[in-house]
Amino acid sequence: MTIETKLPFDKGFVSSFSKEMNEPAWFEEFRLKALNDLDQLPMPRPDKTKIDKWNFTQFNQHTVKSDVYPSLADLPEEVKELVDLDAKNKNLYIQRNQTPAYLALSEDLKSKGVIFTDIFTAAREHGEQLKKYFMTQAINVDEHRLTALHAALVNGGVFLYVPKNVEITEPIQAVYVHDDAEANLFNHVIVVADDNSSVTYVENYISTIETSNTLVNILTEVIANVNAKIQYGAVDTLAKGVTTYVNRRGVAGRDANIEWALGLMNEGNTISENTTNLLGDGSNGDTKTVVVGRGEQTQNFTTKVVHFGKHTTGTILNHGVVKDSATSIFNGIGKIEHGASKSDAEQTSRVLMLSEKARGDANPILLIDEDDVVAGHAASVGRVDPVQLYYLMSRGISKTEAERLVIHGFLAPVVKQLPIEGVKKQLTEVIERKVR
Amino acid sequence: MAGSTLTIKDLHVEIDGKEILKGVNLEIKGGEIHAIMGPNGTGKSTLSSAIMGHPKYEVTSGNITLDGQNVLEMEVDERARAGLFLAMQYPSEINGVTNADFLRSAINSRLGEGNEISLMKFIRQMDKQMEFLEMDLDMAQRYLNEGFSGGEKKRNEILQLMMLQPKIAILDEIDSGLDIDALKVVSKGINEMRGEEFGCLVITHYQRLLNYITPDYVHVMMQGRIVKSGGPELAQRLEAEGYDWIKQELGIEDETVGQEA
Repeated sequence: MTIETKLPFDKGFVSSFSKEMNEPAWFEEFRLKALNDLDQLPMPRPDKTKIDKWNFTQFNQHTVKSDVYPSLADLPEEVKELVDLDAKNKNLYIQRNQTPAYLALSEDLKSKGVIFTDIFTAAREHGEQLKKYFMTQAINVDEHRLTALHAALVNGGVFLYVPKNVEITEPIQAVYVHDDAEANLFNHVIVVADDNSSVTYVENYISTIETSNTLVNILTEVIANVNAKIQYGAVDTLAKGVTTYVNRRGVAGRDANIEWALGLMNEGNTISENTTNLLGDGSNGDTKTVVVGRGEQTQNFTTKVVHFGKHTTGTILNHGVVKDSATSIFNGIGKIEHGASKSDAEQTSRVLMLSEKARGDANPILLIDEDDVVAGHAASVGRVDPVQLYYLMSRGISKTEAERLVIHGFLAPVVKQLPIEGVKKQLTEVIERKVR
Repeated sequence: MAGSTLTIKDLHVEIDGKEILKGVNLEIKGGEIHAIMGPNGTGKSTLSSAIMGHPKYEVTSGNITLDGQNVLEMEVDERARAGLFLAMQYPSEINGVTNADFLRSAINSRLGEGNEISLMKFIRQMDKQMEFLEMDLDMAQRYLNEGFSGGEKKRNEILQLMMLQPKIAILDEIDSGLDIDALKVVSKGINEMRGEEFGCLVITHYQRLLNYITPDYVHVMMQGRIVKSGGPELAQRLEAEGYDWIKQELGIEDETVGQEA
């Protein structure tokens, strides 16, 4: 049975939006087909969270107009803190709601053939490359209704392409600023590292408004070709009231490496999926996630590594803190397909609950269809140990400060391992603010 | 001004509804070192936990005061800031919190907002005391007690004692699980603290520790009470003759709590 979704935006709208953005014909067709098929597709089913009452499809505005930032000096203060203003060679994209608002790419990277631009410019100027990767290798348009809805309505995002043998040392940064309470975002991020290349990409989703009754649908496709390495850092801090579906998916070719470092700090209800498909032999996927849930929010985090290639290694490390009346569900899935011999799937999920009403759940799942493998999982859900607090307090530390130390301590081992210094610092500050 | 005075009067303490301490009386003044000895299960550690305010122990009657202030009305952290310190038998391990960050928070909790110790001064002090206690300086950056050996944990307790400079310290079996070298170092730390401003209660099974820290007073605990008190010579007699003579003298058959004579 399919339930009909009455969309506020029809074929005519999508078509004229695509034309307005000067998109190539294939893109418009792609959108229209997705829009057409959408009703036949089921909603996603995150394990242990019922989302049938969540609104992912009804909204009033598809497009809001925002001004660009003429210079970095015009950025809001919160955003300035995320950016290294003094850096000489900036590789930085800033999007304001849906509007590409600032872009800098160093001459060096340009000359090496690196593409880093907003998704619309990519469609116009690098159409063939975009077409090759846009919902073809990592995420399929017909996985469920939200992937199709996304494809039909994409209104923001970025395309990063690193050519063969190019190793980028400095991080490439994207900041998605949400400052309009009417802005709904369908953001599409593509990061491709071609053979033997390496890149670190860091993104921030940041609301500068307190609340907003809107929805955000993010699809991220990360493709590491043969022997390429991608470090992907993200800190999400979307406002209360924003309902988020975020799917970050990686595909690793032979001997490729994808490392995720995710700080999922949204204030609203969030469904997050992070999957790494280890297609090539000898590839590695590593995911580290820290989460703080507070207030009334419900969040579901599924982290999955699927081993297809031989000798592949997947590790998942999740640490989550839940306070107030929040609910956080962690599903960790290690899947080893038949033929992926000598592979290793490891996962650890730990949840610390800070109040009586907080609800946390950690579900480790191992699905193994091959004999010659190694796999392990650890999961725990617990509360702050009163004896630990007693010990800290017996040295004069107040109860509040003792709790703060224990919480930071709980998240620190994951935060510490994040590969990007700036993200680490920002995340520490966000955590500080949220657990206080 | 001379040191502080910790006064314990007719203290009764329960854990999980079972009475462990059955009327303890004790007074410790600045400049004094008291030792409480006694076999296992006689209530020694309960006394130290009750003084510090461990959440599992319930004081059912009696009182504890520090310079006249009611300790039992204070939260655990207030007791510490008032000048009490307990070197624990089993210090907690706290993942993700470095030893240095923890100690700095503890020191700053005494100094209050706006008067925090400077990082440089703190590091200098900590390095100095760690060297004194022959500790590996890396231990400052290790997570609090995590993966520390028994001996390292005990040294770390003494490090905290020396950094925090309490008025009255209670050392709960600081000597258990220590080899002779570690015992000497730990004792050196405690002796360094000795002075008019510092009072100390040493809880131990063994006379051995008291060869290095000479107590002014020795108390024997049995069945949840202090049954005998004396000077350092009492500890020596216990070492030589064991506890049986006291049991005989007092007509006690089983010294553990709950086995009334």
